[in-house]
Amino acid sequence: MSELGWIDLALTSARPQAMGALLRYFRDLDLAEEAFQEACLRAVRTWPEKGPPRDPVAWLIFVGRNSGIDQLRKRARQAPLPPEEILSDLDDVEGDLAERLDGSHYRDDILRLLFVCCHPDLPATQQIALALRIVSGLSVRQIARAFLVSEAAMEQRVTRAKAKIAAAGLPFETPDAMSRSERLGVVAAMIYLVFNEGYSAGETERADKPFCEEAIRLARLLLRLFPSEPEIMGLTALLLLQHSRLKARFDANGQIVLLEDQDRSLWDDRMIREALALLDKAIRHRKPGPFQIQAAIAALHARAARAEDTDWAEIDLLYQSLERLQPSPVVTLNRAVAVSKLHGPEAALALIAPLEERLSGYFYFHGLRGGLLKQLGRGREAHEAFERAIALATTPAEAAHIRQHLDCLTRDMAAGA
Amino acid sequence: MLYAVLCYNSEEAVSAWSKEEEDKVMSDLAAVEKKYAAAGKLGPVARLMPTTAATTLRKTPGESFVIDGPFAETKEQFLGFFLVDVETLDEAIAFAKELAVANPGAGAYEIRPLRVFKPGGALEPL
Repeated sequence: MSELGWIDLALTSARPQAMGALLRYFRDLDLAEEAFQEACLRAVRTWPEKGPPRDPVAWLIFVGRNSGIDQLRKRARQAPLPPEEILSDLDDVEGDLAERLDGSHYRDDILRLLFVCCHPDLPATQQIALALRIVSGLSVRQIARAFLVSEAAMEQRVTRAKAKIAAAGLPFETPDAMSRSERLGVVAAMIYLVFNEGYSAGETERADKPFCEEAIRLARLLLRLFPSEPEIMGLTALLLLQHSRLKARFDANGQIVLLEDQDRSLWDDRMIREALALLDKAIRHRKPGPFQIQAAIAALHARAARAEDTDWAEIDLLYQSLERLQPSPVVTLNRAVAVSKLHGPEAALALIAPLEERLSGYFYFHGLRGGLLKQLGRGREAHEAFERAIALATTPAEAAHIRQHLDCLTRDMAAGA
Repeated sequence: MLYAVLCYNSEEAVSAWSKEEEDKVMSDLAAVEKKYAAAGKLGPVARLMPTTAATTLRKTPGESFVIDGPFAETKEQFLGFFLVDVETLDEAIAFAKELAVANPGAGAYEIRPLRVFKPGGALEPL
């Protein structure tokens, strides 16, 4: 690996911790970002010559903090001094950098950094964009391309999100156990959103912006900070299991390949084994949660050597416990797949019929319904359902997948006629 | 003389490797392994899963207890290891507990699943 490559890696992996600490010092996202950027520039200039520091994170925090203070002083000359408490805070940090770098601060710093990106006023897309920008350090350009919007539009989105956060005030008190666990839940959900953003589009289309891998990296980071949280183990396992199927989920033409039709030899065995190890760890806690249950379902698929070996009865049970824990029509919709395997398409249709009103705008609802109707030989109704699905598809791959069903139906109907 | 060569690095940096970087490192390492294997000098090679997959059995004079995460003490040193092939983490923990009974007192056993294992040529027992 080239020297610059090494530095790049060190900067990437140091980013959440250094940004978290700088945010604590400056209580201002933009200033913290500028300070970190400046520290990175200096690292690129000085590390190749002097060699890497023993503790790159401490180095970056130290240099970033100094450059941020510098920046504040410059601003102070042009504008009134920042509030007293910020200045005294800055003095305060001069003395005890080493102490502040110990584990407990580090943990809450990173959690805070992730947490501010999940402000409830921010729509999901803004949360994702902000997390990728602030925590992962992806460029606005990379994020814009991933969301298929212009760079200017994404810049605006990020700026707006930051303004909203600044207006709402950042959570700087050290969280107690209760609010820590609340924050953790919110952050875990955001990481899952980041993952899904990559997953639904098929990561292959966006190889230069690996959302899925970034989400896995964040989940692991969270798990290192909170090693005894079974839900974070579950989240990490779930992401690994879903990501393990990446190579099998699309065919050579970019068409979706359904789970039951996937070539299982393409599944990434190492990711699966790591996920199973994490799930094993989580289960020992006997504190089931939605991520653990979803991971357990994904694990049952992963454990089945062939599609027909899938333990649908167990999957049905797991979905039932997920329904109890987190009732949602989407969960019931997913359970319907297991029910159709166990008791046939008729039973599955009966299960999803009451969901129609709430899921009428949902692609998968009509897609699944169409599939079930087709199995029952109710071609005309299936056709209708697929038509509705295709109108709701959010990616070309989704639309193409339904198109195949429609074509196949048309052929069948023509043959039958 | 048999030597164990233990690998240390920043896990965060390693997990940030791209697929290409990862493959490059692994194939460069494999080239070294191959050379020593051909000379009959290489024993087992293992790569561990991330520390997030680790569980630790902490030995105490009374009953030992299980904690999540890797072994994190700096006052104790790495002294040896066992490789055991079991179905579940519970089984691995049961094995470690037996070890703790056989060798009671202080210390800990970190239980970490393997990511890569190459048994290697048979070396003479020591």
